[in-house]
Amino acid sequence: MPFTCITLTTMTENGDATPLVSLVGVNKHFGALHVLKNIDLTVDRGEVLVVIGPSGGGKSTLCRTINRLETIDEGQIIFDGTPLPEEGRALARLRSEVGMVFQSFNLFAHKTILGNVTLGPMKVRKKARKEASTRAMELLDRVGIANQADKYPAQLSGGQQQRVAIARALAMDPKLILFDEPTSALDPEMVQEVLDVMIGLARDGMTMVVVTHEMGFARRAANRVVFMADGQIIEQNTPDEFFTNARTDRARDFLSKILTH
Amino acid sequence: MDELIEYAPDLLAGFAENLKLSAVCGVLSLIFGTILVGIRVSPTPVLRAAGTAYVNIARNTPLTLVLAFSSLGLSDQIGLIFSDEPSTNGFWLVVLGLTAYTSTFVCESLRSGINTVPFGQAEAARAIGLTFLQSLSLIILPQAFRAVIAPLGNVMIAMIKNTTVAIAAGYLADVAFVMKDTFDTTGVSIPIFLGIVVAFMVVVLPIGFLTGWLAKRLAVAR
Repeated sequence: MPFTCITLTTMTENGDATPLVSLVGVNKHFGALHVLKNIDLTVDRGEVLVVIGPSGGGKSTLCRTINRLETIDEGQIIFDGTPLPEEGRALARLRSEVGMVFQSFNLFAHKTILGNVTLGPMKVRKKARKEASTRAMELLDRVGIANQADKYPAQLSGGQQQRVAIARALAMDPKLILFDEPTSALDPEMVQEVLDVMIGLARDGMTMVVVTHEMGFARRAANRVVFMADGQIIEQNTPDEFFTNARTDRARDFLSKILTH
Repeated sequence: MDELIEYAPDLLAGFAENLKLSAVCGVLSLIFGTILVGIRVSPTPVLRAAGTAYVNIARNTPLTLVLAFSSLGLSDQIGLIFSDEPSTNGFWLVVLGLTAYTSTFVCESLRSGINTVPFGQAEAARAIGLTFLQSLSLIILPQAFRAVIAPLGNVMIAMIKNTTVAIAAGYLADVAFVMKDTFDTTGVSIPIFLGIVVAFMVVVLPIGFLTGWLAKRLAVAR
């Protein structure tokens, strides 16, 4: 059952073996705080990469550098063969190919659920309203919210809002979706409905980078687990190896704290 | 009371000028105020600095000075002429000065509205690939507007009352000028005075109620 990254790469569509994302020597500071220290990381096409680690370790920052919601001080990030553009239209175009799901959902509060999902396709991809709506309804159906399409975000539960956020990301037909702690702001009983949608995406071969504290998701859906602490990638491995046989003390210490309760 | 009835046609004609000025300045200052706030929050530092400088200068200059400048400075000295007809030219000089002044208040109201929109909204807008102008016009400003409908109503109310300073730009037609002109011939008349107060209240009070009602109705639920 556990795939290694190498077998996965060869399995992906059109057989393109170059990584979809690669970070080379990435450094970032927030004032005196060195949040990303010499990060080297690649994400293969079709891979589900789960980033775990203690709070403040740089996981979210790492995730947000990939669509340049955070700038970097040093190093290079290459997406689909081209370095990330610095700003302007080129950057907007790149972002339209990278979906993002936030911890706090960030649905557009003044738009209906349908309006949230059709906005990107209509305004960025210039699709006709009808085409965008049809596709949006398919996606809302897929995440189980089609019957709420005319409501506003504030009328939905957290779990429902987060599923809409996933549909909004999918509507852009992204090459990669970034999940920045997608279940951390949810009531416990709503976590699973969001994870189920994410597991479905993973099975369908979507390339995903997921920052999470959900170890169950990491075990079930990840191809690779990256453990980050103090701004560094301490260890990366398949989930089975990582959870049963962590190589570093730092990772074993972290796992002992979260897996015992 | 007799003076009020006798001069009512002149006074109403004057008040109609105030309403005309209000309508034109209201529309223009909402448009320019929106453009101005776009400049003030733009990602380009030079634009931001220019917008901030303009807002601080225009907003902190007394309106009579702004209007006097648009007439004596821009028109007489620099030669900005809207029309060869003096009254038409005067009208548009008032519009220019009052719009330049009121836009800054519209801009600052909207900017406080932008501050009520959570930062995540802008991040989500950027994350789906919207450009700065798209994020601003499709996501940020629609929410900002709804948050500041009541304050914008107050800006409009102040602007309507400010049309009575039109005389400072040499526009001799509005109700305040007609009142002064009438007093010069008849002596001060309390009924005329009160009549004008009532006329303004009839226009301004409903705006206050309407914007208060709209603010509740259009509030963005979070």
